[in-house]
Amino acid sequence: MAGLLTAKLAIARGAGALSRLRGSGATSLPGRVLMQLEPSAIATLGGRLAEGSALISATNGKTTTAAMAAGILAGEGVELVHNPAGANMAGGVATALLDAASGGERIAGKLGLFEVDELWLARVAEELQPRAILLGNLFRDQLDRYGELEAIADSWREVLLASDAQAILNADDPLLADLGRERAGVVYFGVQDDSLALPGLAHAADAKHCRNCGAPYVFDAVYLGHLGRYHCPSCGRGRPEPDVRATDVRLQGVRSAAFTLTTSEGSAEVTLALPGLYNVYNALAAAALTSSLGVPLARIVAGLQGTRPAFGRAETVTLSTPRGPRELRILLVKNPAGANEVLRTLTLEDGSHDLLGILNDQIADGRDVSWIWDADFELLAGRIANVVCSGNRAADLAARLKYAGVEEERIRVVPELPAALAAAAEQGERGRPLFALPTYTAMLALRELLASRGEVAGRWS
Amino acid sequence: MSESTAPAAPSGRTLRVCALYPDLMNIYADRGNLIVLERRCAWRGIGFELSASSLGERLDSEGYDLFYIGGGQDRDQRLCAEDLLASKAEALRTAAARDAVILGVCGGYQLLGRSYTLGSERIEGVGLLDLETIREDGPRLIGNVAIEPAGLPGAPAGAVLAGFENHGGRTHLDSGQAPLGRVLRGLGNDGRGRFEGAVAGATIGTYLHGPLLPKNVWFADWLIARALGLDAQALPPLEDEIERQTHAAALRAAGV
Repeated sequence: MAGLLTAKLAIARGAGALSRLRGSGATSLPGRVLMQLEPSAIATLGGRLAEGSALISATNGKTTTAAMAAGILAGEGVELVHNPAGANMAGGVATALLDAASGGERIAGKLGLFEVDELWLARVAEELQPRAILLGNLFRDQLDRYGELEAIADSWREVLLASDAQAILNADDPLLADLGRERAGVVYFGVQDDSLALPGLAHAADAKHCRNCGAPYVFDAVYLGHLGRYHCPSCGRGRPEPDVRATDVRLQGVRSAAFTLTTSEGSAEVTLALPGLYNVYNALAAAALTSSLGVPLARIVAGLQGTRPAFGRAETVTLSTPRGPRELRILLVKNPAGANEVLRTLTLEDGSHDLLGILNDQIADGRDVSWIWDADFELLAGRIANVVCSGNRAADLAARLKYAGVEEERIRVVPELPAALAAAAEQGERGRPLFALPTYTAMLALRELLASRGEVAGRWS
Repeated sequence: MSESTAPAAPSGRTLRVCALYPDLMNIYADRGNLIVLERRCAWRGIGFELSASSLGERLDSEGYDLFYIGGGQDRDQRLCAEDLLASKAEALRTAAARDAVILGVCGGYQLLGRSYTLGSERIEGVGLLDLETIREDGPRLIGNVAIEPAGLPGAPAGAVLAGFENHGGRTHLDSGQAPLGRVLRGLGNDGRGRFEGAVAGATIGTYLHGPLLPKNVWFADWLIARALGLDAQALPPLEDEIERQTHAAALRAAGV
């Protein structure tokens, strides 16, 4: 049987090699081929991992949280099997295992660390029987693909009920905190800094009602979307006390964020090379996961501080323009909650900004672009010097900005990306950075364009 | 609407809008529809007042020119349906009888009908539109849509509505109930790609979101005019270059 599996692994690898020859990224194809040949491949290969697996899922921040956890664990000398950015359905997980597997039932790595798409968590968890499951947040996202939030929360509840994994949950997200109420030993993480509190729930906030009794939650502090400190005045359910906390949070524009991290071991200062409260949440999640895996606090801090922006998430690139070099910062936006955090982070920077907004409606972006009306682009009114709108739904974004209060003469619609990038790079003051706000497929297209211009390394660097 | 009685200059008027359950029935960026109404009034010097009426709050049938209800998650829609019947249905019927505009989108559209059946559960609607919705087996109806509306007096000739539909329920119109339009591309009320939405006087229901009004500003203007008792042509035109491109992109997405 082992010989047969080895043959199947070889076929799947061959399919990947062929696909790469044709110029495709091929990050999940070999795994998908392998699962066709061997439906239990993930379970079989995952079973070779001596220290088991940890799974990370969330609407926003999966890739960055996984990168942070990987950095921490690598510093601790743990050999990881880890899926690349965004390849987070079963095929991507299978590909990562395939790449690490070798003959004689061996695998190069001790611990599996996988980011998993929200809808694929049940399947992957069933196969891998992970030792830890981290659930970071649940926001409104691509309703045409993911459906309603409550349905995802219900499926995640089933995942936790069927698993004896250590659960690591966001205490500030009422939808997720509820999932831990029926089990012991949950590790909760959360922010504890009311100086960050917003005036109220974001317009697009979900989870405003208690899942237990249906009464409206009372939010004592809202930090981000529907994340915050809340309680139900009717049945008394409230935010669980977090075991891993961030206090004294200092947001430093689009460049960095600092906070005091507290775990069961004590407290330490952390300065992230990543901006925004959303990255503080990602760091807390990674800290809670790795701390539950036994990594000491000092190592966690070092790993968090050493984490650089993940693929297209606050990544900085130097553009060559006819007027000389110009800094481009890429800030992925893909749903209202994520976009709001990016917009809020942008407003922390002084002055007016030059933007390149790229809105696509491919399947991976969501075919329905209505979500841009749930994002608070009003935050940018009066703060935009120039904006070029690109992508196959460029005009939709332009209309959103116009109705958000951005003067029409500051908005240009240039659907074709190369022309849009050139136009955006040339306008405004050269000394100022250009901010690109792409949706997911737009981010991939932008990176490919930058790679072809020699401004970033290849696609899956 | 008679042309002789329609005031020519809308400036100085105020459009009073009431959003029903904006905290719960807002899942498909329904806010976009309200923002478009607000801006297009403001650019023309028409006042705009937005009020809200949510769970447990009474509804003033006389105080508004336009009522809006959007879509929500199943759980929220259930809560709203009960509340609607208990505390707002009568006021909405009174408002409809005096020709106030009532626009329901997606879940809001379903609630304007007679009932919504999910398995053995039947949720009663307001009954302003003669239709019922049934959650049947089969996939959700999802995708880009374009329809050719009928029954909107004074709408521009050849006007098309474009948007995105995403609904589990199949809506069946009574034989006497007029649809909002004929489907050019998309699945429509019952998934058969024939008709979409429903209209009775100034009560309009549709599955089109995306949101509806930013993609179809002619319809936003039609609603404003109708709600103020004006001729659609009485509104001064606006600089709509971006809006024209947005409409064209939505039509392209639908394959028209």
